[in-house]
Amino acid sequence: MEAALIVPLLAAAVQSGTPILFATLGEMFTERAGVLNLGVEGMMVVGALAAFLTAQATGSPWLGLLAAGCAAALVGGLHGVVCLHFLGNQTVSGLALTIFGVGLANYLGTPFIGQRAPGFEPFDVPVLSAIPLLGDILFRHDALVYLSFLLPPLFWLFWHRTRPGLALTAAGEYPRAASAAGLNPVALRWAGILAGGFLVGLGGAYLSLAYTHLWTNGMTAGRGWIAVALVIFAFWRPGRAMFGAYLFGGVMAFQLRLQASGTDVPSSFLLMLPYALTVLALVLSALRGRGASSSAAPAALGVNIEPEG
Amino acid sequence: MRGFRLIALLLCLAALPLLAACGEDKAENKPAPQAAPAQAEPAAEPQAAPAQGAQGEDAKIGFIYVSPTGDAGWSYSHDVARKVIEEMPGVTTSFVESVPEGPDAERVILNMARKGFKAIFATSYGYMDSMEKVAKEFPEIAFMHCSGYKTGPNMTAYFGRMYEARYLSGMVAGAMSKTGKLGYAAAFPIPEVIRGINAFALGAQAVNPAAEVRVVWTKTWYDPAKEKEAAKSLLDVGCDVIAQHQDSPGPQEAAQERGVYSIGYHTDMTAFAPKAHLTAPIWNWTPFYKDAVEKILAGTWQHQALWPGLAEGTVDLAPFGEMVPQDVRDMVLAKKQEIVDGKYKVFTGPVFDQAGKQMVPDEQVAEDKDLLGMTWFVKGVVGTTE
Repeated sequence: MEAALIVPLLAAAVQSGTPILFATLGEMFTERAGVLNLGVEGMMVVGALAAFLTAQATGSPWLGLLAAGCAAALVGGLHGVVCLHFLGNQTVSGLALTIFGVGLANYLGTPFIGQRAPGFEPFDVPVLSAIPLLGDILFRHDALVYLSFLLPPLFWLFWHRTRPGLALTAAGEYPRAASAAGLNPVALRWAGILAGGFLVGLGGAYLSLAYTHLWTNGMTAGRGWIAVALVIFAFWRPGRAMFGAYLFGGVMAFQLRLQASGTDVPSSFLLMLPYALTVLALVLSALRGRGASSSAAPAALGVNIEPEG
Repeated sequence: MRGFRLIALLLCLAALPLLAACGEDKAENKPAPQAAPAQAEPAAEPQAAPAQGAQGEDAKIGFIYVSPTGDAGWSYSHDVARKVIEEMPGVTTSFVESVPEGPDAERVILNMARKGFKAIFATSYGYMDSMEKVAKEFPEIAFMHCSGYKTGPNMTAYFGRMYEARYLSGMVAGAMSKTGKLGYAAAFPIPEVIRGINAFALGAQAVNPAAEVRVVWTKTWYDPAKEKEAAKSLLDVGCDVIAQHQDSPGPQEAAQERGVYSIGYHTDMTAFAPKAHLTAPIWNWTPFYKDAVEKILAGTWQHQALWPGLAEGTVDLAPFGEMVPQDVRDMVLAKKQEIVDGKYKVFTGPVFDQAGKQMVPDEQVAEDKDLLGMTWFVKGVVGTTE
């Protein structure tokens, strides 16, 4: 692989990592509030469809983006009803949500397969795109990529420097303490589910409005599951989520470019790499701490809040 | 320890979206003349309607597709022909789309057979064994299987010589490329796809002997994001025309965004990349299906293996984009006429493989059985068939 390919490769890593980054941050937000939601794949694909249909109908990709967030949050709301009010098993409910979301999107989306919608086009950021190397890698993308750059630092500030962030963390760590402090942990968890779902929807929208301007069934192709895995890999930290998403996107972009530059390595092996890497990263991050990964997880993650008294 | 449990769970679930993605089986039926609920929904009707061939009733022709018909791709190309057949007098058609290959396919075929369909067209390779099994139980029904090789007394194996049209599209690509590097986003390394890549490369080399074809396998038929990324990776290594053996127009978008040219597939993909789309090797099943249905109804159809091509009009070239100069058009259309007239055959020797070994002797033409089992790339293709 020639050196001249490295810059386009890294730029491609950022782009193919972006939908995963949105979904990872969304799931992280939900899990930080103590709710495990395995429905990411289903919410993401519903978001992708809502974005596509809205952009096609209104001609505005921004409205499409908004619709994607709302649709995914709405689907996520089902999870909230089941887990926060009926105290259903979070794992089972999340799985059902994925199957439901994928099925719903297939059912509603099939007539639109192969059609086009207006989407986000890449543009160069003034000044910043002129920076050698870095400019080419980071600042020649579309608006959604730039938006995703802002999120991890904002999330960090939110969780570590603001009161609502602290309250949300309390709902995930020790809901009884939050309750004793006069907060409503169920309401906080609702906030976590809906806001997280909104972000997951943006990840879906990225696929149908920016990465391509097309709709197809099963558009997410497992990216939602990768996001769930990356939350663990990232130890529930937004900065590491960014690293993980770009790493996954980078390996996917790398294997295609390796093929294009003419390699003898069998393509089946190369195609396996991103997934093998995800498994490896998870195993390593689990081994590394034993303590670290489990202590990094919100203490009350996946544990329903029983009514008191 | 929660982390471990989650990991174990995630690994188990990685396969789940695959199952869930199998999607909906949707069926469309014209309002049937009789009052019977005539849905072709595979799971809907456990009871077998008695086979009926009463006089004065429309002959029923069934179609089974592996993907949705709205995809502007493979299944769409068959459905265009179905709609023409629907207009034939005394014929009514129905179809089931998104039928997974395997046990579901057998159920759908069996259901149609029990309802007294006259002919059933199954248009995916993986339906072959299911169809063969059902065909043995219903000797009076004509079973038509596309892209396989098994035939029987009432079963036809048919496919199209798409490689002939791909050769022509390779000539266009070779003539329009400045770098001589052509990119090819390809689905799976199976003989059908490999044959198409080889024909494309030979066509390009007929115009520019130094032309090389770079291949990237995506191992997907329809994943716009990944297929677009594959095309981008080909553009990054200097390719300036992108061809594809994929069902999604993702690669077309990539070519248009970078301001280079592209060759579509299946149907005219101009709408997806008007500035890039040079032409496309396309399917036109209408003449073949019309002829088959007429003969099946007349009782004169001979079941055998059939492989129609440019001459029969089953494959063709989409209209040229306006950027294709007249001399290139004339050259390609002249070659098309030669193929139609049987004066020229693609894979006429000498043809060499990647290592330079002569695979087709001088002046000889590769036999159909070699083409059907092709697992090697011709010289000038960069990539691996593994």
